[in-house]
Amino acid sequence: MIPAAFDYVRATSLDDALARIATSDGAAKVIAGGQSILPLMKLRLARPETLVDIGRLDELRGVRRLPDGRVAVGALTTYDEMVRDDTLRHYGLLADALPNIGDVQVRNRGTIGGSIAHADPASDMPAILLALDAEVVARSVGDERTIPITSFFEGAFASVLRPDEIITEVRLPGGRNDVGSAYRAIEQPASGYSIAGVAAVIGARNGDRWGFCAVAITGVGDHPYRASAVEAAVLAGSPLGDAAAHATDGVTVASDIHADREYRTHVAAVQVRRALEAAIARLG
Amino acid sequence: MTTDMLGKRVKRVEDQRLITGEGRYVDDIKLQSMAYCAIMRSPYAHANIRSIDTAAAKAMPGVLDVMIGADIPYNPLPMAWPAGGSAGIQNNVNTPRALATDSVKWTGEGVAAVIAETPEQAFDAMETIVVDWEPLPTVVDAEKATLPGAPQLHENAPNNIVFEWSVGDRDGAGRAIDDAEVVVRQRLVNQRLIPNPMETRGDIGWFNPGTDEYTIWMSSQTPHIQRLLLAAFVMGIPEHKLRCISPDVGGAFGTKIFTYADYPIVLLASKRLGGRPVKWIESRRENYQSTIHGRDHITYLEIAGSKDGTVSAIRVKTFANLGGRLSTIGPGIPTTLYARVLSGCYKIPNVYAEVVGVYTNTVFVDAYRGAGRPEATYVVERAMDLFANEIGMDPAELRRRNFIPPDQFPYENPSGLGTASGGAKIFIDSGNYAPAMDKALAMAGYADMAARKAEARTRGKYLGVGLSTYLEVCGVAPSKWIGAVGEGWGAAMWESANVKVHLTGKVVVTVGTQPQGQGHETTYAQIIGHELGIPMEDIVIQHSDTQGTPFGYGSYGSRTSSVGSTAAIKAAGKIREKARRYAAHMLEASVEDIEVDGAEYRVKGSPDKKKTFQEIAFALDLAFDAPEGMEPYLDETAYYDTPNCTWPFGTHVAIVEIDEETGHVDLVRYVAVDDVGNKINPMIVDGQLHGGIVQGAGQALWEGAVYGDDGQLLSGSMLDYAVPRASWIPNLELDETVTPSPVNPLGVKGVGEAGAIASTAAVANAVNDALKPFGIRHLDMPLTPQTVWKAMQSAKGAQA
Repeated sequence: MIPAAFDYVRATSLDDALARIATSDGAAKVIAGGQSILPLMKLRLARPETLVDIGRLDELRGVRRLPDGRVAVGALTTYDEMVRDDTLRHYGLLADALPNIGDVQVRNRGTIGGSIAHADPASDMPAILLALDAEVVARSVGDERTIPITSFFEGAFASVLRPDEIITEVRLPGGRNDVGSAYRAIEQPASGYSIAGVAAVIGARNGDRWGFCAVAITGVGDHPYRASAVEAAVLAGSPLGDAAAHATDGVTVASDIHADREYRTHVAAVQVRRALEAAIARLG
Repeated sequence: MTTDMLGKRVKRVEDQRLITGEGRYVDDIKLQSMAYCAIMRSPYAHANIRSIDTAAAKAMPGVLDVMIGADIPYNPLPMAWPAGGSAGIQNNVNTPRALATDSVKWTGEGVAAVIAETPEQAFDAMETIVVDWEPLPTVVDAEKATLPGAPQLHENAPNNIVFEWSVGDRDGAGRAIDDAEVVVRQRLVNQRLIPNPMETRGDIGWFNPGTDEYTIWMSSQTPHIQRLLLAAFVMGIPEHKLRCISPDVGGAFGTKIFTYADYPIVLLASKRLGGRPVKWIESRRENYQSTIHGRDHITYLEIAGSKDGTVSAIRVKTFANLGGRLSTIGPGIPTTLYARVLSGCYKIPNVYAEVVGVYTNTVFVDAYRGAGRPEATYVVERAMDLFANEIGMDPAELRRRNFIPPDQFPYENPSGLGTASGGAKIFIDSGNYAPAMDKALAMAGYADMAARKAEARTRGKYLGVGLSTYLEVCGVAPSKWIGAVGEGWGAAMWESANVKVHLTGKVVVTVGTQPQGQGHETTYAQIIGHELGIPMEDIVIQHSDTQGTPFGYGSYGSRTSSVGSTAAIKAAGKIREKARRYAAHMLEASVEDIEVDGAEYRVKGSPDKKKTFQEIAFALDLAFDAPEGMEPYLDETAYYDTPNCTWPFGTHVAIVEIDEETGHVDLVRYVAVDDVGNKINPMIVDGQLHGGIVQGAGQALWEGAVYGDDGQLLSGSMLDYAVPRASWIPNLELDETVTPSPVNPLGVKGVGEAGAIASTAAVANAVNDALKPFGIRHLDMPLTPQTVWKAMQSAKGAQA
């Protein structure tokens, strides 16, 4: 449980950090809260030559409302800071999920940017951001791009983020009064990661149809995904249970010592239905 | 007047230092010029070692030494408790060497040790060692390992069998089962567990070239036993040339009883470095891979009786997985400590057990909290529920009908120690089981359970209630039994204490037992304060160092309160008697006329003529006026060998709710009525019960070591091995009955293991009860959501 030797650099600014990783040819890794990379390094499953510490860059921290009403969450904002933030308090998904992420230490250190950059296939935060149609802002030297979260994740621990990029913030759509949302998960008891975690957002009824539906699932496939077949079925007026049965359509469902494919497929559907029911209950 | 604290809820004197980070564990000890050791472990579960190339490692920065198996001049580690003791039963013994020489038998067996200036350098160098492996076929399941064609681990153990041991009346049990109205048969798996003390193991070896003496600091429950085993059996050095010190030990649960390979490694390493101390600290991953595991039984159970609820026989065949090589007392656990209490607190006339100890490509299995008795309790308590279910009787009623009646003690159970060959006959000496059960059932609202089950159904839940009316055997152990040929481990198990009263009246007690978090520094002080009439603050309890404490067998088997405390009481009694004689001299009275009241020594009938304990200590320590023939100083040692074990019992009731859709089990209520005899410190008793209950519930619902067929430990870290969290556990509702133990002056029985012994069966019975509407009779643990849901699905499919 001792990492291989590495160099440590504390970045003085975002530009400093970007310059360092741009020239490292992949040998430098960014560290923020350290809740993902440090365990991997201690097991020597990750062996960066250099850690570039961006943890003290205040420019990447905090929550602010953008002029267009959207909300920008700095990449270094911790789970605990998000729990306490007045602006984010109105997002039912965050209120449901954040207090159950990791443990106190993880919530104090772990960051929103770190979570999605790590792209763990069972992490909760990616599912929440998928259901919210968030955008990820990534910077590299002399460039900045905005990536829809729906095209961010590519596989287990794999995303479209390039080695020379750092996530600077995540943008959430402005809070809406005509939707209800909820997060429901069944956890793997040892790690606390989700066997099946579901973020659901539902829009108020427009006549006999739901006005809106977004469902995202984590822990089930090789990366968190939007369950578009569920969404379509809900919007087409299917009963929730029938719609939820599409939770894993087109997905290669994971199997491990805690939950095999059959069980995971089943509980994914159960959690989808329950998340939708809870979201509807919050529509008021 | 000093307040007598015996029996009071005294806050633990250890806690201030332990919870403020001022404890001193092995890894806190830093010695001058200390070097660090890393142990390279096998990535294969079964392989021959063709060669090991350490040249690159030796050339790495900071590396001082690299050792492989061929460099170790010592014997293999000892195995001290064969099945059946030293008489009669063939035990095919293979134990680990400090480092493997020719082959490895489990993933994690040590093959090389690197000693370097820093731990980081040792780890870096370890990666450069090249082993030429010849991988071999593997087997991890104890029953499969005995089948024809299974991979063979050891030449001297055909079919991987360590021993075949039996106890009880084979013919009698056979007849009772053949003749019975009702026989229930069930295969039960008591899954393998990974113990999780907060502090992993670790040690520092130091060879003093000036005196030719060795010292080892070790996170151990048994420093005195380790001195004996390491010196005489492993290293071949005189026992007095080795000193063993256990500083603060951060939990153990049995894992730190044993002799491990790292002990001789760090001692030899220090000698090879000319006396530089060498530290090795176990990582959590190594702890999972190479410190002992617990349980791992496969049992074929038969329980027989009549439809009116009289149980006439229990017969089992158990395959006990002992790992790739044997740990120190591995074979003793699934034999004596298991099958001899297989009938629990029931008067079952016929009991027969066959146990097959088996080698597999897994880490060794040895004593884990309860050690054999949780396995036995699980079998008999599941058996009672299965039988009750079969005859349609309430499980509480079946238990009541079969309890050993309170007027039948001492009771000789049919597979018990009364039948042991040679040595003492040990009987269950006391008990009164029905009142504890009645109290627990009342607390749990057992009579209303049908209504509660119906209410739960309206919420999509299946509610179940489970009982465990357990019997414990604690306070190990009478030496006449445990040392006897044919049963025990050929060693005694008495305990020791020394009491020294210093000139100022302050008292130092040194004991042979060894705390790992139990609060011994508090409880011993409560006892000695009571015995000598002095405040707890005037007493310090010292332990854990073979230089300075009397020889003792350490702490495990819930023995400290009943065996260790009695030795301390005896030593305090000797102090009191000597003080009394000296008081008589000071007061110019005859000894018979001196009466002792707390710390006051008075002349009968003349209450003004008195001396305090402190005055006596002062005068006798200075000894300017000692009477002829009286030695100066108050300093007494006592040894105590208990005439019997102690027999705690009780009833635990678990209530669970199962989510019909997901199979998730929620433990919603837990009631425990325990009879641990008198209590030295009820708060510490509660704490032991809390921890034990949660540990046992952990086995029922969440915990399980999982090896792949290739012998890789898939539950290799806390990311995959579910140690219970506080938030998963309801408020534990505790109560008591008190039947004092007749074998020791305090009337205590010990409580370190009771919770863990009782709770697994209670929770498992509750889950199986909840699943009755599905026609499910039995599910093996851990009762994870997936396991429960799949069983419900197939039951629904079968009914459809």
